[in-house]
Amino acid sequence: MLTYLIRRVLYAVPIALGVTLLVFTLLHLAPGDPVNAVAGPDAPAEVVEQLRRAYGFDRPLPMQYLLFLWRILGGDLGVSVATGRPVAGELAQAFSNTLVLALGAALVGFVAGVALGGVAGRHKGTAIDHLATVVSLIGVSVPHYWLGMVMVIVLAVEANLLPAMGMGSGGLELLRHAVLPVLTMAVIPTGIVARSVRAAVGETLEREFVQALRAKGLGRGAVLRHVVRNVSPTIVAVLGLQLGYLLGGSILIETVFSWPGTGFLLNEAIFKRDLPVLQGIILMLALFFVLLNLLVDVAQAALDPRMRRA
Amino acid sequence: MPETPLLSVRGLTVDFATPRGTARAVAGIDFHLDRGEVLCLLGESGSGKSVTLRALMRLLPQARTRIGGRVTIEGADLYALPERKVEDLRGKTVSMVFQEPMLALDPVYTIGAQIAETIIRHEKVDRAEADRRALELLEKVQIPSARQRLDAYPHEMSGGMRQRAMIALALSCNPAVLLADEPTTALDATVQMQVLLLLRRLQAETGMSVIMVTHDIGVAAETADRVAVMYAGRIVEQGTAAQVLKTPRHPYAAGLFASTVHAGWKGRRLDAIPGAPPDLTALPPGCAFAPRCSRRRTGCSEAQPPITRFADGREVVCIEALAAT
Repeated sequence: MLTYLIRRVLYAVPIALGVTLLVFTLLHLAPGDPVNAVAGPDAPAEVVEQLRRAYGFDRPLPMQYLLFLWRILGGDLGVSVATGRPVAGELAQAFSNTLVLALGAALVGFVAGVALGGVAGRHKGTAIDHLATVVSLIGVSVPHYWLGMVMVIVLAVEANLLPAMGMGSGGLELLRHAVLPVLTMAVIPTGIVARSVRAAVGETLEREFVQALRAKGLGRGAVLRHVVRNVSPTIVAVLGLQLGYLLGGSILIETVFSWPGTGFLLNEAIFKRDLPVLQGIILMLALFFVLLNLLVDVAQAALDPRMRRA
Repeated sequence: MPETPLLSVRGLTVDFATPRGTARAVAGIDFHLDRGEVLCLLGESGSGKSVTLRALMRLLPQARTRIGGRVTIEGADLYALPERKVEDLRGKTVSMVFQEPMLALDPVYTIGAQIAETIIRHEKVDRAEADRRALELLEKVQIPSARQRLDAYPHEMSGGMRQRAMIALALSCNPAVLLADEPTTALDATVQMQVLLLLRRLQAETGMSVIMVTHDIGVAAETADRVAVMYAGRIVEQGTAAQVLKTPRHPYAAGLFASTVHAGWKGRRLDAIPGAPPDLTALPPGCAFAPRCSRRRTGCSEAQPPITRFADGREVVCIEALAAT
């Protein structure tokens, strides 16, 4: 297990490096000159040249990449073109806001999804199963920004129960403000988790070792414990992937609810052609996925001895 | 007063609900098992052997099966017991060795944990004592370096080793009846013999009763005291191993033995039974074997022939046998 852990961590290093290279080249392949965007189309040539040197755009590309790498290792993601503030700080603020939504939505989505899928998988073909399937199908299919707007209209505008905009001023206010975006965001993971859990539980219950467990005298509860242990690697993988998506924040949901998270920031950066911010967000999200995949793989190996060999 | 048998089956029927209608997998069978006896259920795939075995532990899925007749184990009516009592019976009084240990063992638990779990389930022992017993069992089924194997997962063992572990698990609470469902079919030929000899030795040592399901006449000859030959959900002939295997009286039993490689020599023709086993959702009237039978006569397809009991205790279900008495 330990050798697996070490090997898996080492694998993550070249992947992370690849991510930085990709992020770096992507921005240099994009059409348009970032300096022009800052300076404006009418800026004099010497100003453009000065800015170019200030951002390091005048050096050869490999040199720029190494410099870029050196700076991000030190936590320096550059300065926002739009606001003039350090990208790292803006990102940290936005990410902590997104984290509130993501963790809330993960909690709601995973609990609801596992419960719904578990019950459906255990009673396959019954009315409960069909109901769960319909619910999860709706969850996966309904556009969540639409659902968000409907919830805003019904619960915030008509019934005036909950606030629909912004984050409030901390504490209970923050919680009240988070309810609608969290619920909206939880809809998709609920559906996807429910479907995966249903399939995994249903398939595992059909396997012969379940009959063999009954044949040694185990009751429902004990058999269920074995089933849970057997489906857990699959479920962990699904949950990890969903958590990754949630942590990335949602441009649509954060825009609908004016929630100043990473999705909101990303949206702004795109419209303002704020390259350093864009680069920072993409880099952070990609590295998050690398880290999350690492954690999922390690968790899976801990749960399933057959995976330790791979 | 005659001693009641350890296990007795009277008029057992098993019906499966399938999309194409009801399939009668077991169509009314009677047999009994005495203490220390080895009974072989012999027949082709689909003849109802494995279903019968599972019915003896009430393992068939309740939603899709309907079971008729009566199964008594140590005097208790199996299908009248509450589920809780049946669970107490499983693994303790009656236990099962499955055909494919790779599928029947839980892949994410160690062998030792799976054996210990069974012991703890049925006996008042702590984990340490259960582990000690598990080690003893692995040694009993001759698994080399048993101590290390306790911590092995099923996928880390060879097929023969896994089946030995499965047998150790089945024997962990000293069952009175061991049900073995084609225990050697999934194994290499050389390993098959080792596992078979192991089972025979363990049976002799413990004095437990065994019901062995197989399609291999060699296995039956090697292990059985008595043999019951099944066809299309019925027992068509049963008697002592010597009676049934040496001089089969039912045409199907005779055909089955003639069609195996054991019976023939090189250069001699291998007699295969023509045709295929019948569709269980639409059985032919009368004797189900009649359409494939080389000794068919008028009356075969009119009514199901009754059981003919011979003076030596053998039972045959065929109108030819009926006429001979």
